[in-house]
Parts: sequence; C-alpha cells; structure tokens
Amino acid sequence: MASPLIRAAPPAAWQTSDVGPAVRVRNFTRRFGEVKVLQDLNIEIARGEFVALLGRSGSGKTTLLRTLAGIDAAPGQEVLTPAARAVVFQDARLLPWKRVWRNVALGLKGADSRARAEAALTEVGLDHRLDAWPATLSGGEAQRVSLARALVRDPGLLLLDEPFAALDALTRLRMHDLVLSLWRRHAPAVLLVTHDVDEAIALADRVLVLEDGRIAAEERITLPRPRANDGAFQEVRTRLLARLGVDAGQRKPAQEAALIAFPSGEIVA
Amino acid sequence: MSTVTLDRKSPTLPLPRLRLRGGRWVSPILLLLVWELGSRTGVIPERILAAPSAVAETFWAMTASGELPSNLAVSLARALAGLSFGLVAGVVLALVSGLSQGGEVAIDPLMQIKRTIPVLALTPLFIVWFGIGETPKVTLIAVATVFPIYLNLFSGVRGVDARLIEAGRSFGLSQAELIGHVILPGALPSFLVGLRYALGVSLLVLVVAEQINASAGLGHLINNARDFMRTDIIVVCLVVYASLGLGADLLVRTLEARALAWRPSFIKS
Repeated sequence: MASPLIRAAPPAAWQTSDVGPAVRVRNFTRRFGEVKVLQDLNIEIARGEFVALLGRSGSGKTTLLRTLAGIDAAPGQEVLTPAARAVVFQDARLLPWKRVWRNVALGLKGADSRARAEAALTEVGLDHRLDAWPATLSGGEAQRVSLARALVRDPGLLLLDEPFAALDALTRLRMHDLVLSLWRRHAPAVLLVTHDVDEAIALADRVLVLEDGRIAAEERITLPRPRANDGAFQEVRTRLLARLGVDAGQRKPAQEAALIAFPSGEIVA
Repeated sequence: MSTVTLDRKSPTLPLPRLRLRGGRWVSPILLLLVWELGSRTGVIPERILAAPSAVAETFWAMTASGELPSNLAVSLARALAGLSFGLVAGVVLALVSGLSQGGEVAIDPLMQIKRTIPVLALTPLFIVWFGIGETPKVTLIAVATVFPIYLNLFSGVRGVDARLIEAGRSFGLSQAELIGHVILPGALPSFLVGLRYALGVSLLVLVVAEQINASAGLGHLINNARDFMRTDIIVVCLVVYASLGLGADLLVRTLEARALAWRPSFIKS
C-alpha cells in the first residue's frame, strides 16, 4: 500500500538502430539499497541470436531481464534494446477476465488485431482454444498463449523468464521444440533466463553464467540442433556445472542415480 | 462445494438429495401452521400478531386497491435515489483514492472518520438541515451506501495482482489502457461485494429514514398501522421489506454471474 499503484512508466531504454547488435549493455550496475545485484555488467546479443542466461537463485538474472524488458528503469545507464520487446513470464500472467484471443491481442492497435491473435495462436497450436477462459487452460497451454502473446508483437527481442520451470518434464520438452521452431521462423534475438543447465544447452547459441552480478563464464554452443544428450553435450554440461560450482565428475554414485531418475540437470543450491 | 457438484452429477444420489431439499421447507411451513393455529384458538391475540391467513388477505386487499404498489413505488424510488448518489460518490472517491497516492492521502482519512460515525446518528442533524421532506431520507441512504462501495472498490483496486499490471506495462499498455483492461476488471469482484452490501444497507436505512414523518411509502404504512394497531398491515410491510432484500440479492447475483463469467467457480457450473 505504500507505493502508488500507478507509477509513471519507466523511461524507454535507448533503442538500438537497425545495424549492430540487438542488445547492448555496458557497465550496467543495479543495486537495491546497499546490495549490488548487478555490477559492471556487459552484454551484447546479436540480431537473431539465442542466448541463455544461467545462474542460481539470487544471481540477478531476473533483475537483468526486467531491465531489458523495460519493467525496471535504468536511468543514466547504457542499456540498448530494440523498440519491440516482449516477455514470457514464468507464471503466464494472462488476464483471467479476458478470453484467450483477447489476451493475445492485448494492446494491439488496428482492426486486424483479432486476425493477428488468431494467427499467433494457430502457430502455437491453440487455434481451438481462442474463446476459452484462461482459468480453463493447463499450465502448458497457458504458457503457449503467453508465447503467442509475445510473438504477435513481432519482437526484436524476446525475453523468456524461466518460462518452462513450472511445467512437467514432457510438456517442457515439447515447449523447447515449439520455442525453437518459433525462433527459427521469426528470428528475434532471445534471452532465456533459466536455472536449468540442460535446457540452456539444448536451446541456446550461447550460454552466459551469471554469478555475483557478473558474467562469470560464457560458452558458445556449436552443436547441431536438435541436440541429443550425447558425449559432446555432456562435455559442455560438465564445464558449465563446474562454473556454477557443481562438480559433476565427483558425484557419488547415489547422486548419479538421482540424476538418472531426474535428468533435468537443475541446480539444487 | 466440490462434493455438492459431484453429488449432483452422480446418478445414484438424486433421490435422497431431493428429499433433503424439500426438507428445508418443512420447518418454516410448520411455524406458519403453529402460528395460524395459535391465532385461531386465541392464544395469539390479533392486536399482538395477526394470523398468517389474515396477513395474506390484507396483502391481496392492499395490492388490489393499489395502496401497497403505490407506497412501495415511493419507497423504492427513495432507496434507488439514495443508492444512486451513494454509488456514484463511492465509485468516484474510490477510484481517485485507489489510483493515486495523493488521492489516498486526501480522501482516505476523511472516509475513515466518516466510517466511525453511525449513519443513523446523523438523522437529527439532517432533519435540522433538510427538514422532514424527501431530502433527509435520500441523503441518509446516500451517505450510508457510500462507504461499503468505497471501501470494497478501493481495496479491489489496490488488490489487483501487481504481476498482471507489470505484464500489461511490459506489453506497452498506456495508463488508460492499464486501468481499463487490467485494474478495473480486476477490481470488479470486490466492487460487486460492495454493491451487495450497499443494497442491504440502503434497505436498512430506508426503514429508519421512512420513520421521519413520511406521508407515503412503506414506512408511512407501518406508522399508520401502528397507530391503529393493525398488526396485519405491519406484517405485510415486513414481508415486503424482506422480499426487497431477497430481490436485491438476486439482482447482484445475476450481475455477478454475467460480469464474472471468467471465474473458475462460474465456469464449472
């Protein structure tokens, strides 16, 4: 109650021009009180590049995403993004009082907004749920609507904030395929925030590891897609886990067994 | 609630359920019979309480002569006039106070002070100010209904999920669109609770306000009946007051079912 509900919208970030990278962040620092969440951060994302940002809880990855999304202001700092940005949140954040297609069309201008929403929903395979209420959707369906709502804006930068974390393993794999095919077709720059190492390796061109507010490691992944969980995959995985302070090679057999049972590669910290 | 729904669908249970449903009428009917019996045998004298049959007879007579409908119309007009003023004032105050910090600072303390004064205690003051015509009656109802509307709508506006507002803003909604698409629909359930309260309060205050030297209306009928010890007319008016309350409740429920069709509870049923 302390803060007013309606704040002035944060000032728009500087927009990147038609040439050069889609995202450029230079020496970005963000603090909450005394705590520096992000410190002297430098990130560049090329047009159409798929970047995964990996980090433990509290490493500042969501803070970075919110800044790039324009939800948090970054006054006086160099944060350049495309004008058209869209976010897919971990919780789908659909408006429960609007039918599915109206959620997708939210904020669109023009008479063709329904047609555009329908096209986007068809792309994510939900053309049969156009008039459903969000409360009747499954978790996976809600996230697909959320993806459609992001894509319909034709974003130059698509921000994914742990969008699959709440989904079951099978649905998650299907969503991975969907996101990849949508990315290939629309070619936005993507920043996927996740704490799932396997997810990052399976999807991204480049994986960044965020630790203590800094990029602690960077790994370019050149494996051909679709990426099978083979030896080369495991090599990358071991390297990234080591960067995150999890020594995959030194796991005790019991832990390996647990890994086989739950091969999600999630970091339990 | 869910078990009730299950029972309704289950093919084995409708009979006991029907029997139980009918069972709810037994005790009120029994009470009426005992009352009638008491009146007929002289245990309950007519000047204490008229028999149900006498009440019914009086009811038809008053309806046929037009006495009841005309006075009911006067009372309803009073309640509606007061409620309309209260509704408009409550909505305006709640929106100003709910949507801006400055508005809250300016308005909320006054409303809280107003809340501590029992509305009916203002009756003498209103008579001094407005005389004994229609004005004090309508004003009393208006003043009484402002608060339930204000309080519920205010908390509804403030209680809208901040994550939805954030999502709306990230999709580039303007302030006006944010209010129209996110905040007002989100506050609607609370507003309807306030409206239901306000309808109840308006009837309650109507009863008292009509004791102020009314020359028409249900209160006038009751006052006259009291002077002539016509308990049958008093009971007729009580029944009418009760059905007004029922009608008001039905009205809001219908409104809710239409306006809140997106809620899971309505979707299921």
